[in-house]
Amino acid sequence: MNPVNYLYLAALLFTIGASGVLIRRNAIIVFMCVELMLNASNLALVAFSRLHGNLDGQIMAFFTMVVAAAEVVVGLAIIVTLFRSRHSASVDDASLMKL
Amino acid sequence: MESLIGLLVGAPLLGAAVLLCGGRRLDRAGHWLGTALAASSFVIGLLLFADMLGEETEQRAMHQHLFSWIPVNGFQADVAFQLDQLSMTFVLLITGVGTLIHLYSIGYMEHDERRRRFFGYLNLFLAAMLLLVLADNFLLLYVGWEGVGLASYLLIGFWQHKPSAATAAKKAFLVNRVGDVGLSIAIMIMFTTFGTFAFGPVFEATGETSEGKLTAIGLMLLLAACGKSAQVPLQSWLGDAMEGPTPVSALIHAATMVTAGVYLITRSGAIFNAAPDAQTVVVVVGAVTLLFGAFVGCAKDDIKKALAGSTMSQIGYMMLAAGLGPIGYAFAIMHLVTHGFFKAGLFLGAGSVMHGMNDEVDMRRYGGLRKYMPVTFVTFGLGYLAIIGFPGLSGFFSKDQIIEAAFAKGGTQGWILGSVTLLGAAITAYYMTRVMALTFFGEKRWSETGKDAVHPHESPKSMTIPMIVLAFGSVFAGGLFKWNESFVHWLEPVTQFEHGHSPLSATAVTSMTVVALVIGVGTAWLQYGRRPVPAVAPRGSLLTRAVRRDFLQDDLNHVALVKPGEYLTRGLVYVDHKLVDGVVNGTAATVGGASGRLRRVQNGFVRSYAVSMFGGAAVLVAATLLMRAV
Amino acid sequence: MSFPLLTAVAVLPAAGAVATAAVPAAQRTLAKWLALCVSLATVVLAAVVLVRFDPDGDRYQLTESHAWIADFGVRYELGVDGIGAVLVALTAVLIPFVILAGWHDADTADDEKTAETPGRRWRPTQGFFALILAVEAMVLISFLATDVFLFYIFFEAMLIPLYFLIGGFGDRAHQHGEEEASRQRSYAAVKFLLYNLAGGLIMLAAVIGLYAVTADQLGEGTFSLQAITEARANGELDMATGTERWLFLGFFFAFAIKAPLFPLHTWLPNAMGESTAPVAVLITAVVDKVGTFAMLRFCLGLFPEASEWATPVVLVLALISIIYGALLAVGQRDIKRLIAYASISHFGFIILGIFAMTSQGQGGATLYMVNHGLSTAVLMLVAGFLISRRGSRLIADYGGVQKVAPVLAGSFLVGGLATLSLPGLAPFISEFLVLVGTFSRYPVIGIIAAATIVLAALYVLVLYQRTMTGPVKAGIEGMADLRVRELAVAAPLIALLIFLGVFPKPLTDIVNPAVEHTLSDVRQHDPAPDVEAAK
Repeated sequence: MNPVNYLYLAALLFTIGASGVLIRRNAIIVFMCVELMLNASNLALVAFSRLHGNLDGQIMAFFTMVVAAAEVVVGLAIIVTLFRSRHSASVDDASLMKL
Repeated sequence: MESLIGLLVGAPLLGAAVLLCGGRRLDRAGHWLGTALAASSFVIGLLLFADMLGEETEQRAMHQHLFSWIPVNGFQADVAFQLDQLSMTFVLLITGVGTLIHLYSIGYMEHDERRRRFFGYLNLFLAAMLLLVLADNFLLLYVGWEGVGLASYLLIGFWQHKPSAATAAKKAFLVNRVGDVGLSIAIMIMFTTFGTFAFGPVFEATGETSEGKLTAIGLMLLLAACGKSAQVPLQSWLGDAMEGPTPVSALIHAATMVTAGVYLITRSGAIFNAAPDAQTVVVVVGAVTLLFGAFVGCAKDDIKKALAGSTMSQIGYMMLAAGLGPIGYAFAIMHLVTHGFFKAGLFLGAGSVMHGMNDEVDMRRYGGLRKYMPVTFVTFGLGYLAIIGFPGLSGFFSKDQIIEAAFAKGGTQGWILGSVTLLGAAITAYYMTRVMALTFFGEKRWSETGKDAVHPHESPKSMTIPMIVLAFGSVFAGGLFKWNESFVHWLEPVTQFEHGHSPLSATAVTSMTVVALVIGVGTAWLQYGRRPVPAVAPRGSLLTRAVRRDFLQDDLNHVALVKPGEYLTRGLVYVDHKLVDGVVNGTAATVGGASGRLRRVQNGFVRSYAVSMFGGAAVLVAATLLMRAV
Repeated sequence: MSFPLLTAVAVLPAAGAVATAAVPAAQRTLAKWLALCVSLATVVLAAVVLVRFDPDGDRYQLTESHAWIADFGVRYELGVDGIGAVLVALTAVLIPFVILAGWHDADTADDEKTAETPGRRWRPTQGFFALILAVEAMVLISFLATDVFLFYIFFEAMLIPLYFLIGGFGDRAHQHGEEEASRQRSYAAVKFLLYNLAGGLIMLAAVIGLYAVTADQLGEGTFSLQAITEARANGELDMATGTERWLFLGFFFAFAIKAPLFPLHTWLPNAMGESTAPVAVLITAVVDKVGTFAMLRFCLGLFPEASEWATPVVLVLALISIIYGALLAVGQRDIKRLIAYASISHFGFIILGIFAMTSQGQGGATLYMVNHGLSTAVLMLVAGFLISRRGSRLIADYGGVQKVAPVLAGSFLVGGLATLSLPGLAPFISEFLVLVGTFSRYPVIGIIAAATIVLAALYVLVLYQRTMTGPVKAGIEGMADLRVRELAVAAPLIALLIFLGVFPKPLTDIVNPAVEHTLSDVRQHDPAPDVEAAK
């Protein structure tokens, strides 16, 4: 199978993730969309690795996974705290950080 | 002996320091200390004079180098004194008259709680004036020059609680400062031309430079002289300066300080001799002031202001004589010395009258005082005869010589100058007779009862003795100087002397002078002596009113300088605040406004931040691709 | 290794600042005495520097040199030349008077009550005197640094303590009440900071540029003044004309703000008006001198050709400063702002003297820095005593003071006479030297500048007349004369003014050789007098 197709898939997933981040209000869903974007880039990295015939892309993908894991820990904690204090998971409600 | 020169200045300077810093403890003895130090300076002067007379004519100049004052690369100013015949004349005049006036002030200022300070200022003045005439370079002279200006400022404004006195003091200082600018520019030109401003080297080198430079120096020196000696156009401060206590008017604004301009020009004779254009201007200034002061003297009812006008006029004579060059220098100084005697005497007399009349200065409220103040009357009268040039008295000899020298200038100029000096002599006789008649003769225009009651009385001894001494000087000094031309010979090594060739014989000039004198006295007597004088001045013609206002000098200054200056400074304050500072504040406001607008982008919505992040990333990617494509 | 005397001069007040700041809140008086003693000890050290300095010796003496940031060629280099030496002396001498004059300036009314409260952190008195000492330390090191980067750091760093001195300890006398006073004060402090920071940043760019140029041409970048001057002299370093001009402008801009030169002057009247009189003296008599000093040392020393290129413009700006400052001083209604504008006029004279490029001009300018420091100190501090009595800065609120407080009025008059450069007092000598030095090269500018001495007399005498003479105004009647502490401030300064006016030789002896060095930097010679030139 042509590895380029994997890249198309990665692009599609990334776009879905990006639009989800921009459109959805629910913090959990936004969060999941971010994960989707990260995984899309992982897919692309692995595909590139295959294309170029070296392991750099795979190593990068591992890094991304670690970062994603860390992000999940921190991000979920923030969302839970936010939900506890405001009884809502909408990202638009948390707009107090403006100048 | 030469090491004594510094003490001449040192003694009064010490007095000033002690009296001004000493505090109230010295209140009781301070005036005696001041007088003693002035007198000691006089004694030192006499010692040096005796020493000088013992020397050969050419060897009489003495020098004392104290220390190097401002040593900067290529610029050398020393504190060094030069005592030659010209300086000696001034030293004796300053310390002599100065001591007498110290003595007089003891009585005059008796009831003033700040008498100690008054004597401190007087001593300060003596020190500065002596420094002025003893300096051996122009920069040190400049120190004395502004020093006397300071002393004059302090003394005119001595009664500071009177706003008029404070204003007059400030005015005197400011107008003098204009002159000082001239002196400093003159010194700067000397420095760039000769590389020095010490008297000796500068005067020797006058031949090596262009006449233009010398004329420039001369005119700048004249500007300085005009300021200090109240010559037109910087005359306006002298009349107001009469706000000071009368001894001050006598010492500073009649006998010594105001004649410093004449000293400066005579001292710089070498420069003026080589710059005929500058000399012409000096003569013109002298002639104009001579008439200006004389007219002002005629119009004033304030006895001190009338005498001030007379002072201006007499200094005009001296200036004119000094402008004539070697034919006039000696006579300028001679008139200066005799004038020092009789004008100081007249002022002290005026002070004595005021002392007895509750400080009334308006002559229209005097009258018939000769019976009440005999000593004052006699001494004042002798001074009066001297100033109008009554044959045989001081003023006659000195003024006559100047008139003769004026004619001797030659050509049309000589005739014009001669006539001006003659006219001046007539007017002098007129206004002085007027003063005399209004004060001592006629009906008494004051009362011993009522609201403004006065009890005229003779002044105490400490005041009358100086007046008597000065009266002696007024009578005999001229004759003494004229005897064998002794004064001219005395000064000749310093000022040079040439006999002027007058188109008229000496006898003719003298008789014309006497005629002028008689006309002046006669007219005044007819007007003020024989007729009763109104106690309130009549309105008078337009001219009279203008002259009473000193030919509108203050109005002119007000319109030409003060008002525009006020508008200028007010405008500049506005410009500084609105424009210069405005640009700064404007920049700050612009930055602040822009940031206020920019911060609206930070709306707090996560998703809008996300959009800008994506947008930014997209732009970056696009840019990278574009770069690659190109 | 010999004792690092110059470091000690600067470190002593710095250590004093730390010690003063650490004094417990309850012991306010101890902090004052500590600060005073430290400043007096600094005077002693500065005197040792003056004594050890040999005018006829090397250009920079008592030098210290250590590597600091080796990667960027930054060195800790100190050295003192004649010009620096007299300014170090001036700074050291003035600070004790500033401290003494500001003895009660930081006391607050509720201080006594709360001083005993345990755990209280806010100690204004300690802070005030610590900040003054900190400024002194930084100014001293600026006068001593011969490494451009080292100089730059302290040139900028002194803004911080000054910002707090202006903003935190302002003049309480204000016609519009406490609240308005505090608003004006913070405005003045921010303005001061922004102005000087802007200049500093531009200078930073020029400093980096200088490094780039030296790194490019010498192979190794350096900030050392001596190294650069030497390299210039033997031709190793040859800046392109354009580069040199840009670098010069970067430096000059910063110094012209600090000095201050028209039209960059507007921060000074605000800063001097709103701060207490001692701080105002600190700003104008000490800190601003760093600007003019740096023009002499860095602008002329590093960029001689560009200095010559800029001379006409600088001279005209200086002349405008002189006239403009004097005219604005005439138009002021506030005593302290009047003195500030007078200072702007005087800074114009200093800059005129520096850029006249004659030994009289530059020698005069150096003396002028010292003399202006002394004369402004007398005038401003006595004005401060006056203002603290009446609680107003407006000239119109005063009148007839000499009747009730003659010693105060007399001291004020002497300060004023010094400001108008009366002969016999020190400023006359420097002003005349500047004028002569300018005149010998630029006669027209010299004459115009000379004419402004009338304006100086005008603003001083009008100020004196309105405040001190005339009938006693309401609110003045019971005014006390100078107290002992105040007399101890005024009298020695006045004595110094008189002494240096009569016998300035000790100063000129130190300054002359240094000026010669500076002139040889810019390759200028005094114009010969006409008579000699003709021969």
